[in-house]
Amino acid sequence: MTEKIKPIPQPESDKYWEGANKGKLLLQKFGDHIQFYPRAVSTKDGSRDVEWIEASGKATLYTFTIVHQPPHPSFVDDIPYIAAIVTLEEGVNMPTRIIDIDPEPENLTLGMDLKLDFIDADGQKLPVFKPA
Amino acid sequence: MKSLRKSLSGKAAIVGVAESDKLGKVPEISPLGHHAQAAHNALEDSGLSISDVDGLFTAGYSTYDVGEYLGIEPTYTDSTIVGGSSFVIHLAHALAAINAGYCEVALITHGQSGRSDRARNRGGGGMPADQYTSPYGIMGPPINYAMAARKYMEMYGEDRTRQALAEIAVSTRKWANMNEKAYFYDKTMSFDDYHESRWVSWPFHLMDCCLVTDAGAAIVVTSIEKAKDTKKNPIKILGVGEGHDHGSLISQMPDLTRTFGRNTGPRALEMAGLDYKDIDLAMIYDSFTHTVLVTLESLGFCGPGEGPDFVANQVTAPGGSFPLNTSGGGLSYTHPGMYGIFTVVEAVRQLRGETGERQLDKCDIALAHGTGGLLSSTGTVLLTSNN
Repeated sequence: MTEKIKPIPQPESDKYWEGANKGKLLLQKFGDHIQFYPRAVSTKDGSRDVEWIEASGKATLYTFTIVHQPPHPSFVDDIPYIAAIVTLEEGVNMPTRIIDIDPEPENLTLGMDLKLDFIDADGQKLPVFKPA
Repeated sequence: MKSLRKSLSGKAAIVGVAESDKLGKVPEISPLGHHAQAAHNALEDSGLSISDVDGLFTAGYSTYDVGEYLGIEPTYTDSTIVGGSSFVIHLAHALAAINAGYCEVALITHGQSGRSDRARNRGGGGMPADQYTSPYGIMGPPINYAMAARKYMEMYGEDRTRQALAEIAVSTRKWANMNEKAYFYDKTMSFDDYHESRWVSWPFHLMDCCLVTDAGAAIVVTSIEKAKDTKKNPIKILGVGEGHDHGSLISQMPDLTRTFGRNTGPRALEMAGLDYKDIDLAMIYDSFTHTVLVTLESLGFCGPGEGPDFVANQVTAPGGSFPLNTSGGGLSYTHPGMYGIFTVVEAVRQLRGETGERQLDKCDIALAHGTGGLLSSTGTVLLTSNN
């Protein structure tokens, strides 16, 4: 079986991936500015003053696609799967997968309520979302 | 040319310099982190702010990824990479760009974790942001562009979007059927063929997606003076525009239904002193049928959501009122991975009258437009065969 693709963290995203392994979705907060993805500085004003917060896990569906042609051998067994962009309650968008729903276009409504879950990629947990 | 160079001497100034926060052994900061810290430090040194920056230069990453990381949407972008000298060369380019009016505030960035491990493990596909997509199987253009298409369908209607995509696929194939060099020269496409082609990443059928071929192309440009000594009718560059608003992560795109063509199209037209109705031919990068649809709207040929009406009834096909992608495009002629150059090659040939069976009766002004990355960057040029 082909190995799963694991995320390769950069120093600023170590906390993000460690959080995922503990079942948490962590976001960077600089003052009142929340951002995704994690960076060394705030995209708003370059501040280095970072705080990490735990996201509520609530999100809505921003858009999606249903993948029929695997882009890489390690996803052959997953097709068809739902790749998506979700909007977190905290106001930022992130790419993810939608699970626990039959991957047919008519089952997915943009704006539908979702909640956080996790799947495993060879020992690294990935934040995913499922119908709330 | 010598006198032109001399006239640039002293005509731009460096106003800020800085390093990143910490040098030496800094395993806690990524290469892009160094770019970003240094950028903010240099801006502080200058008294200017990040919102003043309209020209971005870097080497090692694409400027669209540095731009995305920093939140900059430049209208002059330069990722020239020729090794360590690149950044000095960027200064030479900045001098020219500023004096050409392409940008006013140039930011040149650099950052590397040469010592720490991270520099050698830059994400699944080589880009740091891949960590947020590759593990999910979000890889490659079809999946990403398909998400943009689904958003468009939500806003403007699934059925009419579907019809628009079909119109673009079918009309482009008709042009390819008149181009001997086209991959699908000998293969026609009906509307049924389009709708019945297999799903790649819903809502994309196979026939919504460009080819993957082997190919190359090149362009030679010179001064108006030297052009007089060349073989064929010189094709003048009347207007240009460039830039990007995100990089390798499509979820960072401000509006999935509107590309940076919203900036480069009007900018190129303004520079050229032209209006949309002056354009005889549009060569629009067709990585996907959907790319053409959103690009027509973003450039301003029609308003948001009006694209499906704009391309209806095969008006973009041979004999139609809006000639589009007359080579057969990335969809049906060729597409090796990056395709933009081919839009220019066909535009020039049509303007010169060299395209034989598919030659337009009238072609004096052409627009060539490229979209790069994940709907990330755009470049627009207006060309003419008029003297």
